[in-house]
Amino acid sequence: MNTDTLTLGPVLFHWPAEVLRDFYFRIADEADYDTVCIGEVVCSKRAPLFADELPEVIARLTRSGKEVLFSTLALVSDERELAVMRALAATAPGLVEANDVAVLRELRGRPHAIGPYVNIYNEDALNFLVAQGAVRACLNPELPGALIADLARLSPIPLEVMVFGRLPLAISARCFHARAEDRSKDGCQFACQADPQGRPVRTIEGMPFLAMNGLQTLSWGCANLMGELAPMRAAGVHRFRLSPHTGDMVATAALFRDVLEGRSEPGDTVHRLALLHQGMSFANGFYYAAPGHQFVAPPAAA
Amino acid sequence: MIPEIVAPGGTPAALVAAIDAGADTVYCGFRDATNARNYPGLNFTAADLKEGIAYAHARGRKVNVAINTYASAGNTRTWYDAIDTAAGLGADAVIMADIALLDYTARHHPNLRRHLSVQAGAATVASMEYYYEFFGISRMILPRMFTLDEIAELKSRAPVEIECFIFGSLSPMTEGRCSLSAYATGRSPNLCGVCSPAEFVRYATVDDELLCRLGDFAINAFEPGEPAGYPTVCKGRYIAGDADPAYIFEEPECLNAAEYIGALRRAGICAFKIEGRQRGRFYVAEVVSAFRELIDAEARGEALAHHAAALERLRRLAEGGEETRGAYRKGWR
Repeated sequence: MNTDTLTLGPVLFHWPAEVLRDFYFRIADEADYDTVCIGEVVCSKRAPLFADELPEVIARLTRSGKEVLFSTLALVSDERELAVMRALAATAPGLVEANDVAVLRELRGRPHAIGPYVNIYNEDALNFLVAQGAVRACLNPELPGALIADLARLSPIPLEVMVFGRLPLAISARCFHARAEDRSKDGCQFACQADPQGRPVRTIEGMPFLAMNGLQTLSWGCANLMGELAPMRAAGVHRFRLSPHTGDMVATAALFRDVLEGRSEPGDTVHRLALLHQGMSFANGFYYAAPGHQFVAPPAAA
Repeated sequence: MIPEIVAPGGTPAALVAAIDAGADTVYCGFRDATNARNYPGLNFTAADLKEGIAYAHARGRKVNVAINTYASAGNTRTWYDAIDTAAGLGADAVIMADIALLDYTARHHPNLRRHLSVQAGAATVASMEYYYEFFGISRMILPRMFTLDEIAELKSRAPVEIECFIFGSLSPMTEGRCSLSAYATGRSPNLCGVCSPAEFVRYATVDDELLCRLGDFAINAFEPGEPAGYPTVCKGRYIAGDADPAYIFEEPECLNAAEYIGALRRAGICAFKIEGRQRGRFYVAEVVSAFRELIDAEARGEALAHHAAALERLRRLAEGGEETRGAYRKGWR
C-alpha cells in the first residue's frame, strides 16, 4: 500500500525574514506535512536575508519529524548564483531538489529530487534523470491529468503533483517588480516584498489574470486539485504539493489530509478551503487540458 | 571566420528565398507538434524537406531541423520518427530541447549534429556543459539574456559553438519554461508547439479602440492609427497593482542587433540566427540580404555606417517600428 505524502512547497514570495521564520516554526510545530521544501527559488538576492534563520528552521522542522527538501533557484542565471547552488548541492544536510539543469550536473550520481521547473514530459526523459540519481520528481504544473497518469504508470520513481496554490507560469532573467517601479534589478530595493502573494495583474478590462512575483509570473487562479486527488491516486500518484500562501497553511494541509484519508468529500471541503484563502479564485484547467485559469467541475465519482 | 546566417524557413518557399538571398543555413520544422512553430500553413512534409535539403546542398548551404518541443509520455515515437526522418534525409543538424530526444539522437544518430534549442532554457555554462557531456551537443543557441561581456566569457569557457539571435521577435520569458499561453488558451508551447495561437484571438472595436483578446483575456487595445501588435501574452498591456495599463513585461519591440555584428563575432559567436518562421518569403529575403551585406562588410573590416541603406531596411522591417538591442548592451541588471 502506498501512503499519501503531503509536501509543502518552497515559499515563492519575498516575506520578511521574521515572518518566514515564524511561518516555518508553526509549520514545524503544528502542520501535517511529511516534507517541507525550503530555499529561495525565485530570486538569489532574497536568500541572504534569511540565511541567519535557516539553521534553526531546519532543526525545528527536522525535530518535528518532517523531511526537509532543499530547493534550488529555478533560473540559475550567472556564475555567482551557480557558485551558491554548488555550495548548496555540496553541503545540504538532506535531499536537494534541482529546479535548473545547471544544478543537475552537480548532483549526478547521488540521490536528488527533480523540481517542477525542470521539464519532464515523457518517460524517457524521466528515466534518463533517474539513471543520474533522481529519486523523485515534482511535475511541471501545466501537465494534463492524462499525461500525469501515463507518466506515473511508466515511472520507476514517485511522482509529485502541485495541487494547491498560485502556479508558476514563467520565469525570466528580468525582474518585473523592479521594472514596474522603474528600478534596475540590482537596485530593486526589494520591490517584491510589498506583495506577499504577488502583485495582481489585471487585463485592461479589469479581469484578474496573473500575479507578478519578481522574476516569476504566477497564475492569478489558485490551483486546487482536491477533486482530482482520487483519479491521481488511482493512477499511482501519491505525493501532493501545496504551495505556501498567506492563508492558513496548517489548516489547508488538514483539509487535504481529510480528503486523502476519506474523512471528507472534496465537494464539501472546497468552500472551507476558500474561507482559508479569501480573495483567491480556484483553477484546475491544466489537469483537464483546458485553459489553465478555468475551474472545471470534476466528473461525478463513479 | 565569418559567422553563418541562420535563417527561418517557415515554408519551402521561404527556404528557397533565404538561400537565394544569401543565407548559409536555413532552419525549419515538420508539419506537426514536434516543432515549436506548429501553425497552420507552415512547415515541411518529409517530401518538402527532401527537396529543401537538395536545394540547399546543391548550393553548398545547410538545413537544420527544429524538433524542439517536448515529447509526450507514451507518444515519444512521433518525435523519434521525426529525428529518424531528418537524419535519413541528410539534415545538417537537429535542434532539440527535450533530454529524451537529445539522448535518442546521441545514441541512434551519433554523427548527426545536435544543437541545443533555446527552448531548453539553458542559461549558464554549467547547463551547457551538462548537455555537452551527456549528449555531445555541437552548438548551443543562446537565450537572449546575455550581455556581450557574458557571451565572450561563456565562449571562452564553452566547448561548443554558440549561435545567437540577431533579429526578430523574442520573449522576455525563459523559453521552454513558460506556461502563459497554456494558462490563457490550454495550448502549450512545450507540448503543442504553439504560443498564443490565432484560433483563440478575437478582435473587437470598443469606443473606437481595437481590443485584442486571447481566450477570455484582453491582451491589448490600440487607438486608431496605432500599430496593432499580435496579442502574445507576454507582449500585452496590463494593469499591475494600481498602476496605469502598461507593457509590464516588455515593450513591443523587435531585436535588431545589427550594430553588434562585429562585437558578437569577436566574442566568438559562430552563427547569427534570425527569428521568424511565421514570416513570409519576402520578409525573410529582405532580412537575410541586409544581414548578408552587413556581415560580409564587417568581415572585410568596413564600417557598417557605410551601409546605411541595409541598416535602414532592417529598421523598417523591425516589428511594430520599435527596435531594441536586447540584453546585449546593458543586460537586465
